[in-house]
Amino acid sequence: MNRTAHAVRRLAVAETRLFLRDPMTAFFTLLFPVALFGVLGSVPALRKASPDAHGLSTVQLYAPILAVLALMMLGLNGLPSLLATYRERGVLRRMSASPVRPALLFGALLPLYLGIATVSMLLVTALAPVLGVGLPRSPAAFALAFLLAAAAMLSVGLLLAAVVPSAKAGNAVGALALFPMMFFSGLWLPREFAPAVLNRIGDLTPGGAAAQALQDSWDGRFPHAVALLTLAAYALLAGAAAARLFRWE
Amino acid sequence: MAVIEVAGLGKSYGRRQVLEDVSFRVERGEVFGLLGPNGAGKTTAVECCEGLRRADAGTVRVLGLDPVRDARRLRPRIGVQLQQAQLQGALRVGEALELYAGLYPDPRDWRELLDEWGLADQSRTPFDRLSGGQRQRLFVALALIGNPEVAFLDELTTALDPQGRRDTWELVRRIRDNGVTVVLVSHFMDEVEALCDRAAVLDGGRIVATGTPAELVARSGAGGTLGFRPTAPLDPARLAALPGVTSVEERGGRIEVTGTGDFADRVTGLLAREGIVVTGLRIREHGLDEAYLALTRHDS
Repeated sequence: MNRTAHAVRRLAVAETRLFLRDPMTAFFTLLFPVALFGVLGSVPALRKASPDAHGLSTVQLYAPILAVLALMMLGLNGLPSLLATYRERGVLRRMSASPVRPALLFGALLPLYLGIATVSMLLVTALAPVLGVGLPRSPAAFALAFLLAAAAMLSVGLLLAAVVPSAKAGNAVGALALFPMMFFSGLWLPREFAPAVLNRIGDLTPGGAAAQALQDSWDGRFPHAVALLTLAAYALLAGAAAARLFRWE
Repeated sequence: MAVIEVAGLGKSYGRRQVLEDVSFRVERGEVFGLLGPNGAGKTTAVECCEGLRRADAGTVRVLGLDPVRDARRLRPRIGVQLQQAQLQGALRVGEALELYAGLYPDPRDWRELLDEWGLADQSRTPFDRLSGGQRQRLFVALALIGNPEVAFLDELTTALDPQGRRDTWELVRRIRDNGVTVVLVSHFMDEVEALCDRAAVLDGGRIVATGTPAELVARSGAGGTLGFRPTAPLDPARLAALPGVTSVEERGGRIEVTGTGDFADRVTGLLAREGIVVTGLRIREHGLDEAYLALTRHDS
């Protein structure tokens, strides 16, 4: 037990170093969302409440999306491409030949990714009052929504990592999954401006459900059950499927 | 006491039978070679010993343990160098050793291994920027980091230049001198001849011979070649008719007789009886190279 914890800690230290050593990924997940938030917030027109958006400003609509952006990038793109690369290079196999099972790598990677996504979210949240958006008004519901979103994104990422045949495919599939997810979360067209039918579809994607649940809790409402259940369902189903399908070599 | 006991090991991938009735024993403290052409099943056999693959038939015991069922107890006591494995590209040499040291209950001091394997200058070099030889040394160091009783080294010198290979042999001897039992997978005869106390020759998934390198040479029936230049005419057919002679070649007045057993005595006896004086006499005994070719020759 003690040894397992020790091994996970060593793996976490190594993976954290490797993560920070890749400047592009570190930038896009840790700094890009809050930087984009700052840029949008510095445009006066985007800070004006819009009647089209139930009296919310564009910056307000973007806040929850940018809060989960790092999570989406890490879960849907980062995790599948990293794990597929590790599998292809034999990193996972090399680890299976040691006393620890390679599954412990998840014990290091998932908390690491959750931690980085959380830092990115906190940076966005901390900037919100400066841009006139204010802090989330239901912090508990906001935290719950964020954790469910994290569970869903990371599980879907694990499932993608389980089924992709190669590192190249891992990159491609990760990117393919990320773009629609960013779209449904409203990154290009905030959900309030999108046609209703698109939002209905979006509600059933992890990205759309996460953005919706975070927006609700930011505005002080408890999120819709549909959004929370959608996230939980993705977490459970994708997680279970990943556990069944994951190959170490 | 046998460190590894493999009996009747069988393994197939789908319909392809990779190993069939493979049996061998490895004694404590020896360097044991698994020798054979590509695709003979060498890697699959060691992977069954390492617990990375489950045997379909037969029994495998390493240090008295079942490698798959008792993996948790066995893994800390063995060290493994895999034929095709890489580390995380940006992971530095020192970090890799430190990381793997953390995965074993009773690891060696990783800084010591760094020095021992000539990697001290590369301590901060990322894996992707290491040369083939440096990677190989890192993988051997990783195989030894857990203070193993048995080390499995698979195709250790394949990517290395001749000097690198010789250097690596020296290191393998050093591992053995430290009391570690070594299983060496190789398709290089000279390597097995130079390093192994005993070896098994695998071919087409079956063991075709086991023994010391000298025994393998003897068992293969590979004898030697006797070359000379006769000073008087000699009919090659008479040489070819001698017992034990397998071939006679005549090239530019020089005759090369290849054979087994005491063929050389018979050849020189014939020359003496005929009173034929020869010059440029040269005898070459066949080594493991020829033995290996003889043992793994396919009738086709």
